[in-house]
Amino acid sequence: MSRAALLVLADGRFPAGGHAHSGGAEEAVKAGRITGAASLEAFCRGRLHTVGLVGAALAAAAAAGADPVELDAAADARTPSPALRGAARRLGRQLMRAARAAWPSDELDALAGEFPKGAHQPVVLGVTARAAGLGAQDAAYCAAYESVSGPATAVVRLLSLDPFEATGVLARLAPELDLMVDRAVAAGRAVPGEGVDVLPAASGPLLEIGAEAHAGWPVRLFAS
Amino acid sequence: MHLDHAHSAPSAVSADAQRPDGTRRALRIGLGGPVGSGKTATVAALCRALRDQFSLAVVTNDIYTREDAEFLLREAVLPPERIAAVETGACPHTAIRDDISANLEAVEDLEDEVGPLDLVLVESGGDNLTATFSKGLVDAQIFVIDVAGGDDIPRKGGPGVTTADLLVVNKTDLAPYVGSDLARMAADAKAQRAELPVVFQSLRSEAGVADVSAWVRARLAAWTA
Repeated sequence: MSRAALLVLADGRFPAGGHAHSGGAEEAVKAGRITGAASLEAFCRGRLHTVGLVGAALAAAAAAGADPVELDAAADARTPSPALRGAARRLGRQLMRAARAAWPSDELDALAGEFPKGAHQPVVLGVTARAAGLGAQDAAYCAAYESVSGPATAVVRLLSLDPFEATGVLARLAPELDLMVDRAVAAGRAVPGEGVDVLPAASGPLLEIGAEAHAGWPVRLFAS
Repeated sequence: MHLDHAHSAPSAVSADAQRPDGTRRALRIGLGGPVGSGKTATVAALCRALRDQFSLAVVTNDIYTREDAEFLLREAVLPPERIAAVETGACPHTAIRDDISANLEAVEDLEDEVGPLDLVLVESGGDNLTATFSKGLVDAQIFVIDVAGGDDIPRKGGPGVTTADLLVVNKTDLAPYVGSDLARMAADAKAQRAELPVVFQSLRSEAGVADVSAWVRARLAAWTA
């Protein structure tokens, strides 16, 4: 395992398209559910325990060597909103481009060939981790952290929230993030032996509904 | 780890001149510049000037909306399937410079879906004087400023004014009304850019976009030579 490679992959500046996505924060801000640091923290906690956990488990499973095609179908089944499925595939495709440039690998090439328009981002993330010589836990950490860092960064732009407060939110969530990663890794590592049904299927209905509403807005800053 | 393998599968990482099927990809030209300087109008005029001779497509990067794409659609400068809009998450310069993945995807999708293409114009969302395009996204870039934005902009410089392959000073017809000194702008631009070309343009004049389209034609000729 290379700790430095993990820093490269987890870097917020890793050029994989995430900067254009708010993880549902733009819709939640407009709906009045995020108004400052406290409600951002609640929003991020909700994401962490639902889509964050699921994404981390998918990434861990892919990094542990589970079949990415099956994982992609499992991700579809765990993402009711067509808008979110589309966003996850676009982000997966964008991550794939950066990953293949950074860590050329036959497994990435094969996954790109299988899904020319993109596999779900956490699945690509897990295979990327493998290509980078990283493990299931590293992949899960990247996925879980992205599930909260994206909205926090977006809310700094959307509400002009003090960036120190937004970073404080992420720091306070770190112990919970550790717990979610433990659960995700346990599930993800079990997938190669037991199949994708052991993956968690937590979801936040309001995130799914909000994503559908957001996709219909004529004017928006973020792609999702 | 497979760092030593040769990868036969298509990678199309970014700036490769070849498409995955081995054909030469389209020339990509970026248009950047401040809000309201006339980037979209220049793109529209270029499409009208070049579309009969070349296979064209446009990618727009709006900051907040799809208005630039919709303007081009309304003006019917190209069929709708040749215009794609990229959303930039409040950071137009990020999408053309630091993380170009969404724009590369749009370019490649256009080439797959309506290609073969000769030229893809990538229009940035209106931004500031530091916004430039990555060499991984475009082969050449045009920076568009206008006389009404202040005749001190060429003097102020910045990466767009200083390094763009072509600097366009737009809306010269407005100079007398806003008190802009075109000779001073030209001298300042020369001082900033040395031998790099500058075009003074009014799309309302008879010449319109002729100088810029001649520059693009020369680039196209060099690309396909």
